[in-house]
Amino acid sequence: MARLIVIGNGMAGHRLVDTLTRADTGRAWQVTVIGEEPRPAYDRVALSSYFDGASEDDLLLGDLSDRADQRLAERVRAIDRERRTVTTDAGTTLGYDALVLATGSTPFIPPVPGADLPGCHPYRTIEDLEAITASARGAATGAVIGGGLLGLEAANALRLLGLDTHVVELAGHLMPAQVDQGAGALLARMVADLGVTAHTGTATSAVTAGPDGRASGLDLGDKVLPADVVVFSAGIRPRDDLARRAGLELGPRGGAAVDDACRTSDPHIYAVGECASHDGTVYGLVAPANAMADTAADRLLGGTASFTGADTSTKLKLMGVDVASFGDAHGRSEPGALDVVVNDAASRRYAKLVVSDDATRLLGGVLVGDASAYGTLRALVGRELPGDPLELISPASSGAGAGAAALPEDAQICSCNAVTKGDIGAAIGEGACDVPGLKKATCAGTSCGSCVPMLKTLLADAGVEQSKALCEHFAHSRADLMEIVRATGTTTFSELIARHGTGRGCDVCKPAVASILASLGNGHILAGEQAGLQDTNDHFLANMQRNGTYSVVPRIPGGEITPERLIVIGEVAREFGLYTKITGAQRIDLLGARVEQLPAVWARLVDAGFESGHAYGKALRTVKSCVGSTWCRYGVQDSVTMAIDLELRYRGLRSPHKLKGAVSGCARECAEARGKDFGVIATDKGWNLYVGGNGGFTPRHAELLASDLDSATLVRYLDRFLMYYIRTADRLQRTAAWIESLDGGLERLREVVVDDALGIAADLEADMAAHIDGYADEWRGVLEDPDKLARFVSFANAPDTPDPTISFDTVRDQPVPSAPVPLGMPRPANAAPAATAVEA
Amino acid sequence: MSVLTTQTPAAADAWTAVCPSALLAAERGTAALLPGGEQAAVFRTAAGELYAVSNIDPFTGAAVIARGITGDRAGEPTVASPLLKHVFSLRTGLPLDGEGPGLATYPVRERDGQVEVGTADGTADGTGGGRL
Ligand SMILES: Cc1cc2nc3c(=O)[nH]c(=O)nc-3n(C[C@H](O)[C@H](O)[C@H](O)COP(=O)(O)OP(=O)(O)OC[C@H]3O[C@@H](n4cnc5c(N)ncnc54)[C@H](O)[C@@H]3O)c2cc1C
Ligand code: SF4
Repeated sequence: MARLIVIGNGMAGHRLVDTLTRADTGRAWQVTVIGEEPRPAYDRVALSSYFDGASEDDLLLGDLSDRADQRLAERVRAIDRERRTVTTDAGTTLGYDALVLATGSTPFIPPVPGADLPGCHPYRTIEDLEAITASARGAATGAVIGGGLLGLEAANALRLLGLDTHVVELAGHLMPAQVDQGAGALLARMVADLGVTAHTGTATSAVTAGPDGRASGLDLGDKVLPADVVVFSAGIRPRDDLARRAGLELGPRGGAAVDDACRTSDPHIYAVGECASHDGTVYGLVAPANAMADTAADRLLGGTASFTGADTSTKLKLMGVDVASFGDAHGRSEPGALDVVVNDAASRRYAKLVVSDDATRLLGGVLVGDASAYGTLRALVGRELPGDPLELISPASSGAGAGAAALPEDAQICSCNAVTKGDIGAAIGEGACDVPGLKKATCAGTSCGSCVPMLKTLLADAGVEQSKALCEHFAHSRADLMEIVRATGTTTFSELIARHGTGRGCDVCKPAVASILASLGNGHILAGEQAGLQDTNDHFLANMQRNGTYSVVPRIPGGEITPERLIVIGEVAREFGLYTKITGAQRIDLLGARVEQLPAVWARLVDAGFESGHAYGKALRTVKSCVGSTWCRYGVQDSVTMAIDLELRYRGLRSPHKLKGAVSGCARECAEARGKDFGVIATDKGWNLYVGGNGGFTPRHAELLASDLDSATLVRYLDRFLMYYIRTADRLQRTAAWIESLDGGLERLREVVVDDALGIAADLEADMAAHIDGYADEWRGVLEDPDKLARFVSFANAPDTPDPTISFDTVRDQPVPSAPVPLGMPRPANAAPAATAVEA
Repeated sequence: MSVLTTQTPAAADAWTAVCPSALLAAERGTAALLPGGEQAAVFRTAAGELYAVSNIDPFTGAAVIARGITGDRAGEPTVASPLLKHVFSLRTGLPLDGEGPGLATYPVRERDGQVEVGTADGTADGTGGGRL
């Protein structure tokens, strides 16, 4: 086997090794990757999501350790081209038959005095982000030098860290590489809305130091801008020092010069990614880096692939602002190129198309504020325009004129993976009927995801309808049924199914409708016909366990409990022979109660002041808390009081799936709030609200919805968030999946909840107020009503005879269900009911 | 594979009273203890039909079928076990989600304002259900 060494374990290096080892079925190459960073390759493009709660693991790219020898935390110091060896800082020398440079780039730090003070950081690696987080602790102000794409990402990060944030850009407007003056001006206005101040056309002459020797501000010539944390994002420089010292040819602006095969001036050495210069260009984007890696991999395996330059179109969402540029956004590719511009500052929308001098061909463009036409427009670059260019970007017809139907078959829909409209059509023809199906069949939409709306349009254009039917009895989705019930004031299932469904219902639609009726406040869930709809857990207000017994979980708001109540729980468990366990949600589970015991158990608990904990329902479960500022030396807010307030506010709230919340008293996050549907984390100034987290099968971290809220605003946003979820989510859809399914995701949610974009905030708050007013403890309701109590019997004809199939063994001094009865072999009918033994 | 009988039993040797007719709510089950210790789950559909099947969920061995949700599959009356949500025909006891054990069925009738379940020599009819 020939030896391949890859220097640099970043995005391009990873891609190369991945592509090569997948295609190298004949095992021609033995691959060694040497990377300076202390961890396996990660997704640098998604780096900023670290501040939105992504963990290091979330960022990691696919594991290659079984396909290549990885040497981490090791730097290559020199290349000996004659001997074909590389030497690392660990003193190791390794021989190669082929070498790939994938060393990326370093952030450019402008040579201003003070740039090396503590508190000054680049923004490129996980370590950088950790260092920035550490510097931000106790800091009040932050500044980013450089107002490009990365600079704005960094500014957002500082904002999320709670700093008063400024961006200083030398050019006359923000994002000068991607957008024009008009778009840049609108961008500045939009980031200002979010509290970030942009200083354009401004040079930094020095970083000033405070008395503690740390960075304290930026000297802008005419004034000093306070800045405890300074982030440099003023461009990148290819890491070409190895290439230079090895005598390889360099590009005009640095970088190892490569040809279309991605080969350097030494035929045994390739260069890919940001350290390579192709045709005089160093690309600073991941798509060209991937394309170069694929090319070099193919060449190493004897192929003939070529890299001939790359599309630098980008679409991103920065601080909630859509920004896209595609093709030749500056009109530099053709003489006489014309601009067609719509600049609507009032509605925060800017769009520019660059067209050929006769206005028949699209050359490129810029979209700010609303980038929904990006997919279609990018696919049209270089082609004949389907109509009047102004039509394509005027809001009224946004997307309409540029509909997917207008695109030719060979137009690229997904440029990350080079999937054309024809490929998508073929996949639909072969039976792909939804977006996941298309992703699987074509890979479209699996990288940056910006073509997903186009995939939906193409599916719809092809007449593929995605069924939203709840079950065979209702052709409606849960959200549709919710609207029907709200609009018609329907209060019973039989009325609803008679008018809007067919048949008699089933275990899917009945509980779904029961939940809708309960969310809209229709009295006790066991009242009248509603009782028959409830899932068995709701029907008996307890969770059925594997042997047919139930668990009992009284509400313990915020996890705070007095010794007296704790003793009551212990006494009840002892008296009824129940197994006790502390749950993950800071309460106590009493297991093993038979159906006919439930009223007696609850009578004791209700007497002592307990209420139903709704552990059995698709409803608010708990709001967990840490001890917060009352006890903890780090706490900055009273997390316990907030958690209790929230739990009492939302107790009994029925929802499409279970709902969990938590409140932490400071950023150390001991309550694990980001693992909840709604998580509240205290800041110096108030509360940060996170939404969409969950544990379970596919754990998810909640994402930041709004920061530094006062308590009243926090509660208002939560009211809106929860009610909007209850109104529009699908059956059994948790908040994370629901947010993902919103057109526009978290941003859209923020528009609805924070900006009231739909004008329904007052309505949502009123619904929540009605819920709070109408709340009553469900168990008390049962105990006070003989009709409801009547169902809690073991047998209609032997109400006091315990179910003879239930028996318990003792494990660690507690009762547990006896091993399950083998299939088809019910316990002999005359066997002594062992349950009574436990009670005795 | 299990071979299950599909006919509703017609005759019974003994009848056990379950509850007064008025107390058997539509579309919700009731458990009854039969002589010999067997358990039946008795249902009345919204259309007024009566059904009785074994109360034992054959997949878990727990006596919980009476606490399942009723409904229909293309007109066939059903009950879903509350534990692992297997759906059975109330008419035949057969599982409706593919192969697997079903529920035994019992004759059921209303007489003198009482709902009654029948047993043949103390056993449920049918070879079905939890018995194979
Ligand atoms: C915050 C951020 C956001 C970004 N967002 C986007 C975006 O939205 N869209 C987009 O297209 N691009 C984006 N980029 C750019 C994108 O990440 C890069 O284009 C891509 O990572 C380039 O890959 P690379 O392998 O060339 O370099 P890198 O990923 O930087 O990898 C180079 C690796 O080589 C290692 N190395 C260097 N020298 C040596 C040596 N001598 N010995 C051993 N190892 C060495 C380095 O430590 C590094 O791990 C972003 C970048 C950042 C920092
Ligand atoms: S989250 Fe903060 S306040 Fe709460 S216990 Fe942990 S360190 Fe203390």
